Amino acid sequence: MLSIKNLHVNVDNKKILNGLNLDVKAGEVHAIMGPNGSGKSTLANVLAGRDGYEIIEGSIEYQGKDLLSLTPEERACEGVFLAFQYPVEIPGVNNVYLLKAGINAVRKHKGLPELDAVEFLSLVKDKIKLVEMKEDLLNRAVNEGFSGGEKKRNEIFQMAVLEPTLAILDETDSGLDIDALKIVANGVNNLMNEERSIIVVTHYQRLLNYIVPHHVHVLSGGKILKSGDKELALELEERGYDWVIQESNAA
Amino acid sequence: MSNEAVEHFLSQATELPGMNDVAWLDEHRKAATHTLSTMGFPTRRVEEWKYTDVSAILKKKFSLSIPEQQGDVETILSSARINDLDCHQLVFVNGHFSETHSCADELPAGVSIVNLKDAISKSNNDLGKYLNKHHPHEKNGFVALNTSLMADGAVIWIDKNVEFTKPVNLIFVSSGSNNTASNIRNLIVAGINSRVDVIETYAGTDSLDYFTNTVTEIHLEDGAKVNHYKIQEEGDSGYHVGNLFVSQQKNSSFNSYQVSIGGKLVRCDLDINLSGTNAESTLYGLYMAEDTQHVDYHTTVNHISPNTRSNETYRGVLGDKSRGVFNGKIVVHKDAQKTEAHLSNANLLLSSDAEVDTKPELEIYADDVKCSHGATIGRLDDNMLFYLRTRAIEKDVARSLLTFAFAEDVIEKINYPQICKRLQKKVMGKLPDSNVIEDFVQ
Repeated sequence: MLSIKNLHVNVDNKKILNGLNLDVKAGEVHAIMGPNGSGKSTLANVLAGRDGYEIIEGSIEYQGKDLLSLTPEERACEGVFLAFQYPVEIPGVNNVYLLKAGINAVRKHKGLPELDAVEFLSLVKDKIKLVEMKEDLLNRAVNEGFSGGEKKRNEIFQMAVLEPTLAILDETDSGLDIDALKIVANGVNNLMNEERSIIVVTHYQRLLNYIVPHHVHVLSGGKILKSGDKELALELEERGYDWVIQESNAA
Repeated sequence: MSNEAVEHFLSQATELPGMNDVAWLDEHRKAATHTLSTMGFPTRRVEEWKYTDVSAILKKKFSLSIPEQQGDVETILSSARINDLDCHQLVFVNGHFSETHSCADELPAGVSIVNLKDAISKSNNDLGKYLNKHHPHEKNGFVALNTSLMADGAVIWIDKNVEFTKPVNLIFVSSGSNNTASNIRNLIVAGINSRVDVIETYAGTDSLDYFTNTVTEIHLEDGAKVNHYKIQEEGDSGYHVGNLFVSQQKNSSFNSYQVSIGGKLVRCDLDINLSGTNAESTLYGLYMAEDTQHVDYHTTVNHISPNTRSNETYRGVLGDKSRGVFNGKIVVHKDAQKTEAHLSNANLLLSSDAEVDTKPELEIYADDVKCSHGATIGRLDDNMLFYLRTRAIEKDVARSLLTFAFAEDVIEKINYPQICKRLQKKVMGKLPDSNVIEDFVQ
């Protein structure tokens, strides 16, 4: 599904990713963990296509396509979804209309008929339950005046509606209390099937109790230093990141 | 050039309503002519006109319009009229009242709506009491010109305690022949505890060279409430200079909504005088310009009496090589204690060639006041654009959507859904992929 090869990325002439390799197969959940400044969010942003990231070297292949040649909206149509670490507030743009335009753009891209108002609404009602989000947030401006938890739920709600093939969750757990965390995780788990993949970018192991990863990777200094299964996350929780870095330096 | 232009305009002042017939009017005209002759038209050396060069207007040697001139009035009107709005409508073609195009319903007792020319010919004494009352002609050459040459316009009287709920729509159409100037003069007098809503619409034929020089005076007596809307959609070669003078007595409330979309060179001045205690004013404005359009708003809110309040929000959207100017001034006079005044101006530049000069000003001579002012100039927010694009919204659509949302913040303040809808459509029509974003405002 996704194959990242020897990815080198600069931001403001500073190297952030430094030869990153990652393979994600359909149906897998991958967790990317690492200390602050290791390049986790850069990876998430590069996958979604944000401007300002200079690709020096390497490639990203997604479902047989060159992902880096696609615009952010083309990636979204191809099934890439980024749940933001800091979802932006967009005054004046209605949350639910945005979603309707989004899903219909995706459907159009896939050659499917657009959803009419009734079909769309029933889909929305169905999905909103999944993240236990208040319905009155639907008709507000995107994220405007939402609490931190509501913003994160809104991200997962959007994901549930858009049904991406590859979802990247960028620090979705940050700022969530344990109840909200469970709800968000539940929304993510509901989406999982053998055709979809999820990359969970996180600082802490906590979220991984609820979204259980098949693979855990330690990102530091712009590349993956160590990969393992979910046990690695527990070990990191206990011992921190330093030992991985030392181990890698020794090798 | 200014002197030449003054002479050119004044030489045409041979046949004006009430001339040599209505003494008080002759007095005003004489005073205004004198002001114009001595002061001339403003140049860029004058601080208030630093960014707006009116020499193009003066060079054109516009001739005063005559009532017989017509043109594609119907076409312009069909788009200028506000659909589904039940209103009292007065139409002026090239500055002259056109009865055939107007739809005047029967008016309730205590409401009088006539055109200025008729009002003058009936030599209504009250007219003399209010028209040019505070000598607005001393403000600048254009108001002086207007006062000197005023030919027609609307005169609206609302008697004491009359709440006139049907809005009055004044539509000023410029059409027909090139190079004409209209000097439009409107007067609105809202008696004690009365209420009226007035919408001024300006529209004209594209690629027609013309000049609209309009002055509106509004007097609010104690406890009066006036909502005033001005929709400026002049043709793309039209020049528009508009001056609004408002004087408010105690407990009166004035709301102003200004939307400027059309025209080649546009200059609008608003002078709000909160003369009575507890008077309040809310001003909303939206100016949009594209291509090489130039739009300039100068507002002054004078807090003259204690306990007066004002709140002003202006937004500008400048694209292509357009130019915007905003100057918002709040003056709190010495006796105006407990004044509360707020002013904000936000500008969105859609292209690197667009330019805006904004200057919010506060002059405070009282010590117990609550005032704030601020101005911003920015581009579309990259984070918002990226967010929308990750939700499968195309880049151009996302840009239009954010631009529209920015403008909508002012439009949504208008309390007639019919006007909102119309303006939303107009604004959207200026943006790429408008058909896609239409869905968003259903």
